Amino acid sequence: MVETSARPEISTARRRALRLARALTTPLLPDDYLALINPKWSTRELTGTIVRIRRETADAATVVIKPDFPWPGHVSGQYLRIGMEVNGIRRWRAYTITSDPSHPEGVLSITVKYTEGGRMSPIFVRQAQPGQVVFLGEVEGTFGIPVPCRPKMLFLSAGSGITPIMSMLRELERRDALADAVHVHSSRDAEDMIFGGMLRRLAKRHEGYQLCEIHTSRDPRFSPDQLDRLCPDWRDRETFLSGPRKMIDAVRECFEGDGLDGQLHTERFQPVIGTGGGEGSGGTVHLRVSDCDTECEPGMSILVGGENAGAKLMFGCRMGICHTCVGRLREGTVRDLRTGELTQASGQMVRVCINAPEGHVEVDL
Amino acid sequence: MPSADTNPLHRLTVEQLEDLGKKFEDIGQQVRVDLGDSDARYIRSIIQFHRRLAAMSRVVLVLGSRWKPAWVLGTAGLSVAKIVENMEIGHNVLHGQWDWMNDPNIHSSTWDWDTASPAAAWKHSHNFVHHTYTNVIGKDKDVGYEIMRVDPRQQWHPLFLFQPIYNVLLMALFEWGVAVHDLDFDKIRKGEKSKAQVRDELKAIGIKARRQILKDYVAYPALSGRHWRQTLWADVTANIVRNFWSNAIIFCGHFPDQTYMFTEDEVADESRGAWYVRQLIGAANIDGSDFFHFMSGNLSFQVEHHLYPDLPSSRYKEIAPRVKEVCEKYGLPYNTGPFRKQWGNVQRTIIRLAFPGGESRPKPGPYVRSDDEMPAPKDDRVPAFP
Repeated sequence: MVETSARPEISTARRRALRLARALTTPLLPDDYLALINPKWSTRELTGTIVRIRRETADAATVVIKPDFPWPGHVSGQYLRIGMEVNGIRRWRAYTITSDPSHPEGVLSITVKYTEGGRMSPIFVRQAQPGQVVFLGEVEGTFGIPVPCRPKMLFLSAGSGITPIMSMLRELERRDALADAVHVHSSRDAEDMIFGGMLRRLAKRHEGYQLCEIHTSRDPRFSPDQLDRLCPDWRDRETFLSGPRKMIDAVRECFEGDGLDGQLHTERFQPVIGTGGGEGSGGTVHLRVSDCDTECEPGMSILVGGENAGAKLMFGCRMGICHTCVGRLREGTVRDLRTGELTQASGQMVRVCINAPEGHVEVDL
Repeated sequence: MPSADTNPLHRLTVEQLEDLGKKFEDIGQQVRVDLGDSDARYIRSIIQFHRRLAAMSRVVLVLGSRWKPAWVLGTAGLSVAKIVENMEIGHNVLHGQWDWMNDPNIHSSTWDWDTASPAAAWKHSHNFVHHTYTNVIGKDKDVGYEIMRVDPRQQWHPLFLFQPIYNVLLMALFEWGVAVHDLDFDKIRKGEKSKAQVRDELKAIGIKARRQILKDYVAYPALSGRHWRQTLWADVTANIVRNFWSNAIIFCGHFPDQTYMFTEDEVADESRGAWYVRQLIGAANIDGSDFFHFMSGNLSFQVEHHLYPDLPSSRYKEIAPRVKEVCEKYGLPYNTGPFRKQWGNVQRTIIRLAFPGGESRPKPGPYVRSDDEMPAPKDDRVPAFP
């Protein structure tokens, strides 16, 4: 299957009516005919409209989106897949949400930094216009403010790693919870700092929020041993970390060394999975549409097994996010390689990139 | 085997096949990199046209099927809508011709069409079996659809005596024939398919059939109230019109006299170039106007379709001259003819081969440009025919 948007939340009555009317429109949906009158009446996909674009720095912009259906909400720090059509082709990319989860206008925003040679970022930073339609995927990610949370906080960010922190700060300000927060942020210079102006104003408004800027064009690069100087009581603080991989690794090592990893929160990246070596029994796979038989060792995903046997299967992220690779599970039991959870066939769709056979399975792919 | 002597495939050298394969790859690649906004607009406009036409025809029938002119208008509209939906949209979307758009609503993995055949089953029997083993007797189940003898090399059986009769039945009930085709009775008989798979496939056909029947033969007639009979009759007519038309176009794709069939030996260890030649000479086009091509889902460019099953059908017409160029260079035939002739050929074959024996029909020579086409560069031609 192909990467899709989230399904909008609609009332039970509307869902029932649509299901009933399907008898008249099958194999299409009533939505397909409603969309002839107004495309926004279709509940097939969660779409949104760009309402404004704000330039943050020379190469970053914030895109403000009004969802066409009530926004199901998110936790500050989470990210969202966003799709947009470019020359007839719909392209997807995940971006951290930078807006407060309960924005008074019901809008949400993402902040995009231009990446040379990137597919989506040049579109959002340079070409997108208010009024354009975007496709919204599911909200994902486990990075967020824990409950309960110590009142004293430390934010460590660098470059575009500021984005999830921004969403958290906005939420904390709204909740009036910025009692004692220290924020150490690295950017090339003052100009290049995304949300620079906003954060400086925030620091002026709230005594409890202390911003410490590191400008790498003149200052030395941030390293954990500066913590004692920048924030002497860092060991007592709930810490939120977002930045390049190198910085994350260094800070994590420092916290783990002091046995403080319980209070360190960071964006967790999925390791590559599915290539074999792991729990479970493994098994055999019959792909019914491709007419292909293959065997998977323990820890090998159905996708990798199928590819090894020469089947041409669709895939996207290969880590269970995008749903591009789904196929109908017809027979047998599969194991989710991330959680170890077992699922028995009942004609449901499974993501073959993160599922391994447990014995013999048959999939409509 | 008489056909082996005349089959142009056997006259090309390994190098020629390789070179020709590259030429065909290039033609496809040039279109692939050029796909964009205007192609997306095309398929969306056709989809919108179909939905508008279908909705209007249904409304006309529900409200006015008792009134003869409205009945004719509604039935004609619905027939055309079903034909466009099945051919220019459904067949081509399910082939993955529009998958490059990455739009989940116009995608082979999510699409289902307005016919009795479930999409998954058809994708297996057609996209996979037929388009891979095209015209290989015994491998391609579309060679006579396991119920007809369309090549003299297929063994005769007394049951084939009835094929002229059930051929007509198949024309009228084509969608149901296609629906059960993927079950592959031959495979079931030989026990090559698990019981569970057969059960699931039957269930899928059952669910699809129930939905189709409920819509066309229960729901819309019921909405028409006292005039349910007229609406029911209109729906039956539209489905049969669509069945006759799609059957005619599809049978003209591989069974006219010009096309070649192959044995399994002939295609063993086939190179990519040879695969292209088999697709080229195993298929036949139908001449016609742009409107005719549209109504046949561009399957009137069957040759181009078989060379590039995953290229948008709207591009076949533009690549046809380049395919002809390759045919001319290698002395290969480019099979085409007017609809009446192609269809007549097919019917004659079906009647003749109902009886034992029969011979392969005479094949056309290499493609030669006619006067109204561009003059050919004669120097680098490689004759593949004696």
